[in-house]
Amino acid sequence: MGRKLLLEHINVPGINTFDVYRSKGGYASVEKALKTLTPDEVVEEVKKSGLRGRGGAGFPTGMKWSFLAKPEGVARYLVCNADESEPGTFKDRYLMTHIPHLLIEGMIVASYALGAKTSYIYVRGEMMPQIRILEKAIAEAKAKGFLGTNILGTGYDLELYVQPGGGAYICGEETALLESLEGKRGNPRIKPPFPAIAGLYGCPTVVNNVESIAAVVPIVNEGGEEYAKVGIGRSTGTKLISAGGNLKRPGVYEIELGVPVEEFIYGDEYCQGIANGKRLKAVVAGGSSVPILPANLILKTINNESRLMSYESLADGGFATGTMMGSGGFIAYDEDQCIVRNTWNFARFYHHESCGQCSPCREGTGWMEKVLHRLEYGHGKMIDMDLLVDVSKKIEGNTICPLGDAAAWPVASAIRHFRNEFEWHVTNAHEVTTRNYGLAHYADPLPLLEKAEA
Amino acid sequence: MKVTIDNISIEVEPGTTILNAARMIGGDIVPPAMCYYSKLEGSGGKCRTCLVKVSKGSEKDPRPMPKLVASCRTTVMDGMEVQNITSPEVIEARKGVVEMLLINHPLDCPVCDQAGECHLQDLGYEHGAAKTRYEFDRRTFERIDIGDKIQLHMTRCILCYRCVFTADQITDHRIHGILNRGDHSEISTYIQKAVDNDFSGNIIDVCPVGALTDKTFRFKNRVWFTKPVEAHRDCDKCCGKVTLWYKGEDVLRVTARKDEYGEAEEFICNTCRFDKKKTSDWVIEGPRKISNKSVISANHYDTLKPLPVVKTNPLLQQANKEQFERETRL
Repeated sequence: MGRKLLLEHINVPGINTFDVYRSKGGYASVEKALKTLTPDEVVEEVKKSGLRGRGGAGFPTGMKWSFLAKPEGVARYLVCNADESEPGTFKDRYLMTHIPHLLIEGMIVASYALGAKTSYIYVRGEMMPQIRILEKAIAEAKAKGFLGTNILGTGYDLELYVQPGGGAYICGEETALLESLEGKRGNPRIKPPFPAIAGLYGCPTVVNNVESIAAVVPIVNEGGEEYAKVGIGRSTGTKLISAGGNLKRPGVYEIELGVPVEEFIYGDEYCQGIANGKRLKAVVAGGSSVPILPANLILKTINNESRLMSYESLADGGFATGTMMGSGGFIAYDEDQCIVRNTWNFARFYHHESCGQCSPCREGTGWMEKVLHRLEYGHGKMIDMDLLVDVSKKIEGNTICPLGDAAAWPVASAIRHFRNEFEWHVTNAHEVTTRNYGLAHYADPLPLLEKAEA
Repeated sequence: MKVTIDNISIEVEPGTTILNAARMIGGDIVPPAMCYYSKLEGSGGKCRTCLVKVSKGSEKDPRPMPKLVASCRTTVMDGMEVQNITSPEVIEARKGVVEMLLINHPLDCPVCDQAGECHLQDLGYEHGAAKTRYEFDRRTFERIDIGDKIQLHMTRCILCYRCVFTADQITDHRIHGILNRGDHSEISTYIQKAVDNDFSGNIIDVCPVGALTDKTFRFKNRVWFTKPVEAHRDCDKCCGKVTLWYKGEDVLRVTARKDEYGEAEEFICNTCRFDKKKTSDWVIEGPRKISNKSVISANHYDTLKPLPVVKTNPLLQQANKEQFERETRL
């Protein structure tokens, strides 16, 4: 059994209430941090832990905190990014639904470390149940003296608010989130300045993902060095993985970083293999914005080493033969799934969610979607694949925020690894137009898949 | 701070952007800018035509920046080295941006009122991107009436946000902005209101393409058939310094005076722009000098002079030799 640091008590009845959570050792990190550690010491523990941002980028959390400007007489803010909208990712809402006090505990400790007197949890607007759960939990924590003025008699004050968002994917980008939180249209800001210098209301601000903030609790409880012993290499600690797609047992799993991907897919403790006895065709390992990998490359690196669920191992080989940990949205596709359709579906999403501020993303995402649409509906041309790769290159890296990259990578990688499937859609237009295909619609299975099975 | 752009070095004040440093040098190395407007706070960073490559971050941290950056919003660091036209990557990216912009901006220059003054037309020409590979229907719009002075052509809008910033920063109330998002975004007024405040005409001047045009001038003539003349008058609302565009004896159009980057030197009020179209309203200063790059300057020959910074700096003269010689030849 892998070690659980966040979801250890997830199955305890009533763990969503303050009393049960407290009886299981909840809020111990608040007591420890506020009574025995200085804010800088908490930051140091987080640095020692090697915790990397769990929202997708994987930037070291402790380092991010240490960048926070500390001018005299200026407020500082901590904002929790709970705008979980990446297709395939559903771990944050699971955590907020079932163990909300873990997040609140993490918020208090992190706010203390950063010197924030007011903090916000920015929750995606559609997630009303989670908003209500968090509000109730905050009220409980406040009633017990863990929020408000003079917390636990230490002289530290903190007000914590839940702010529903408008329900736009782009508001998960930290600067767009801040714009939205300020009551404006959720458009990403041009960086620099980074939020650590000028964030919410122009004040120094740290924006962290739900899971990153929750991970601060075990880090403070056990110490950064102990936390760093879990995991592998620079991928320390545990990670919540939201596993979906054609898996026998999809769900949210807490894994120790470093678990082999093969074990995660086929192991009894986790997903238990592909549903209905099918073969694995491809995996999107970190939410829809990361490159898709065919079965052989997700199970083994190009050097024939076992691929691990870690930031480094998943990225092994770069974008040519690797992918990213991303937000942990693990989507598995069985042999019947159409990669063209899937890619079009992702492109449709990014086209819809582009904010429209910068030209390459605004125009390019729509262009890619339309080309993919015609491929999916049997009107494609052989030149479309090169066109798509070219357009994706024109978007990638040239936009204000990473949404452009998120839109470009799935398309470019799908064509890189499944070009024959795209070409099949062009050469077999009749079958595609009449939707007269489905199960294993290739006459010739993918060579890569064959290798993987071997 | 010393910054080097396409092998030409210059000393600039801290806080200067790469684009403005390049403008101080001048010549071919100045990145194009469709959305940046030096007189508008917060503008820039959106169109991505001014992307450049930072091949050396600074003396302290010489690492190159991993991605191309928007030169209009990136401030220089001491010792920074930037590649603009010397980087094939930049040229390729810029060409891509132009192609994207042309998806929903028709190249109907022969009928567009902005022809001859359109930055996108120039950019498309310079990058050989007169065509786009986009084969799908372009977006179309219902005609939107935003008042009796300004015509909005949403089909031609490239969403540079300049007019929004203008209305926000120099008029007393903004009633137009961006609706919707992504490629459904559009400039519109709040429930079909008119744009009618005293300085609203400036949104025509800042529009880099033909999306916002002057109803009192449009289709009366082509700009290259007109004669620009500088003039001024005592105005209680604005500086009163304008360019009059003559056809024969008639003033067809009044605009703010534009600098070499097509930006208004000073904003003018609607009275000067729309209501003063008699020569007797103005004190004439003389013919307006137009960049010889502009189609408007056709048949107006003038000797090009090197930019002041090149003339006074021997190092720049050396580094900018090719441009210097070309200008001398001309």
